[in-house]
Amino acid sequence: MKAREKRFLFIAVGVVAVGLAVALVLNALDKNVSLYFTPTQVFNNEAPHGRSFRIGGLVEEGSVKREADGLTVNFAITDTHKRIPVVYKGILPDLFKEGKGVVAQGSVGPDGVMQADEVLAKHDENYMPPEAADALQKAGVANAAAASAVSEPAAASAVK
Amino acid sequence: MIPEIGNFALIVGLFLAFTLGVLPIVGAARNNAVLMGVARPLAAGQFVFLGIALGCLTYAFVANDFSVLYVAQHSNSQLPTVYRVSAVWGGHEGSLLLWAFLLSVWTLAVAMYSKHLPEEMVARVLGVMGLIAVGFLLFMLMTSNPFDRLLPAAADGRDLNPLLQDPGLVIHPPMLYMGYVGFSVAFAFAIAALLGGRMDATWARWSRPWTTVAWVFMTMGIALGSWWAYYELGWGGWWFWDPVENASFMPWLLGTALIHSLAVTEKRNAFKSWTVLLAIAAFSLSLLGTFLVRSGVLTSVHSFAADPKRGIFILTFLVIVIGVSLLLFAWRAPKIGLGGKFDPLSRESLLLSNNVLLSVAAASVFIGTLYPLFMDALGQGKLSVGPPYFEAVFVPLMIPMVLMMGLGPLARWKKVDAPELAKRVSWAFGAALLIALLLPLTMGKWSVMVSLGLLLAFWIIASVTLSLRERLAGRDDFMQRLRGQSLSYYGMQLAHLGVAVFIIGVTLVKGYETERDVRMDVGDVLNTGGYEFRFNGVTEEQGPNYVAGKGHVTISKDGKVVTELYPEKRQYNVSGMPMTEAAIDAGLLGDLYVSLGEPIPDSDGAWAVRVYIKPFVDWIWAGCLLMSLGGVLAISDRRYRIHNKRSAEAKTEMPLEEKTA
Repeated sequence: MKAREKRFLFIAVGVVAVGLAVALVLNALDKNVSLYFTPTQVFNNEAPHGRSFRIGGLVEEGSVKREADGLTVNFAITDTHKRIPVVYKGILPDLFKEGKGVVAQGSVGPDGVMQADEVLAKHDENYMPPEAADALQKAGVANAAAASAVSEPAAASAVK
Repeated sequence: MIPEIGNFALIVGLFLAFTLGVLPIVGAARNNAVLMGVARPLAAGQFVFLGIALGCLTYAFVANDFSVLYVAQHSNSQLPTVYRVSAVWGGHEGSLLLWAFLLSVWTLAVAMYSKHLPEEMVARVLGVMGLIAVGFLLFMLMTSNPFDRLLPAAADGRDLNPLLQDPGLVIHPPMLYMGYVGFSVAFAFAIAALLGGRMDATWARWSRPWTTVAWVFMTMGIALGSWWAYYELGWGGWWFWDPVENASFMPWLLGTALIHSLAVTEKRNAFKSWTVLLAIAAFSLSLLGTFLVRSGVLTSVHSFAADPKRGIFILTFLVIVIGVSLLLFAWRAPKIGLGGKFDPLSRESLLLSNNVLLSVAAASVFIGTLYPLFMDALGQGKLSVGPPYFEAVFVPLMIPMVLMMGLGPLARWKKVDAPELAKRVSWAFGAALLIALLLPLTMGKWSVMVSLGLLLAFWIIASVTLSLRERLAGRDDFMQRLRGQSLSYYGMQLAHLGVAVFIIGVTLVKGYETERDVRMDVGDVLNTGGYEFRFNGVTEEQGPNYVAGKGHVTISKDGKVVTELYPEKRQYNVSGMPMTEAAIDAGLLGDLYVSLGEPIPDSDGAWAVRVYIKPFVDWIWAGCLLMSLGGVLAISDRRYRIHNKRSAEAKTEMPLEEKTA
């Protein structure tokens, strides 16, 4: 094989390999990215139907109820503005607690209840999942807008 | 008083590192022997002062000095002493100090074991490492000083995160950091080669053992982390594609590529620019990893407080390191040249493909890990990339890599006669295929993925056997032939066998594990996977700094008691944090794993319990151990030690031709 042909072969194989790798990555990303929504967004029907996504917020105080099988748990995730009921079957993470931050992944049925297949609470007592913190902030703005008594600068600072 | 000494030692360390980063490099450029000569004493001084700093911080922890903010945040007077010591690296500031100290250890090691290297090379390598230390020490002193005082002092500390109160966590961070920091040596060698404009097989021989040592530490560090996650997090997984795990996995992948590329540079004087680029990339990812983890940009168990000032410093530091080295690369790489020529089918091309696949794998992990950050920064909303993404990308990339891994050691350098090679490996591949198809049948259930995984594993085993047979079989004395092979050859084969063992572990645990989450009343019996799990209830027990609910589970098989397990649910006194302590009966053929979920309210002592059976799971870590041992064997090779003795002649070019290893 001549040197030029050899070089061509190397380049051709390289291009094909990189192309395949890019296709692989894009395909996998497309299928496996889960978007995140706040309870308010889910309430307003902004979340996709029939596809899995994440909700972040606080576990609503007094909402945690266990069914008789000991494994199915009902609770609600709230951003202090709206609440979304969640059903989860399985063992909850150690740091799952009422009033603490939580992220649930699953899909919401027509009844507006999320069937969660994963519930995450983070590893540190005082740690708030960023998704949950974000939801609270957005809801804070919405609440402030609803109660128009709050002056504009205060609402603006809540955005930050 | 002691913390002030530590603080002062840090400042002196910074001063020494700065001098180390400037004088020897200037000396090397001007060929000034005096300036180059200060490198070694400065490296020793830096080690001493950073050692003092680390010692002072450790003392503050052991002596419960809660007037130091960092101690007050991460320790408590109830904390057992061993965890007080490991709490030194239980937070952001202390782990940075550990990083800087380990860097000074590596710098000292290079200074001590480089007598056979040309002076200007030593000066440049140590100088570059000094500059890295400057970055870290500045970062520490400006944004995250572990010796900051807390006035008035706290009465007691806030305690170490209970997750970190574990023997595994005492050694995992130092091991992993030794790996991260160790890549700085390979990086410094690459930069020194660029600065000097000279890079040949001798250069590769010098930097190769250092890279391998770093890689060994990193492999062990990652394996320990994975093992810790398995028994400590209480849900029985061993790898979660958590951003922090990925942060250590990316440099590992590139480090693996670098080891192989260095082999080609040493043996064939090829892949030169590529090797330099890989060394830069591996260390850049190590830096990125350390910072991503410690800055709080990525959220996980490892990330600590987020402080915008830190983020900006980190970003600047990264940009400087990566930017300057790439500029230098663009400017000087043409001088180094590409190196020797080879055929499209040769050992070189197989190693090249392996390098490309490893790099692509690292890139895909990079994309998956940072994609959410980018999207968030671009205002595209928050999202997460889950484990399925990584599995979907990773597995297809690793299949061709493992197939080539079997071929590589059997192929000849420069040019391979394809039909001849095919004939040689045919029986090995056939045997692997046969075992892969039949073995799953004996385990109860046949599936494509299990067969595929076993095929890959047994293909490696068969090709290693074939290679050993070809080298050792013959008419003359077997023992002589056995001794005739280089240690680095055995090291390579052992590491490859490690990969096979690892793949067997992953495949079988994925294919045949049983995971049951169940409600169990006292006296309940669960039958699963051929075992009988009997739940005897939970009793309360007092630990040194926690209260535990201690469960008792009796496991029997065919009416005979196999083992008794005592999983715990702990409540730590100070932080109030609950912790699950799984109980595991480990064995060669698999683990029995029980962990407590939560008590079920309004019941008579019933609990939600996790019962897992994990066949062959320990093979995963055994595989990593074999890989590391292979690395250790490879660096014990005679040819690295010979140079140390012949320090005088070593400056001349070493002969390129040696037996292939």
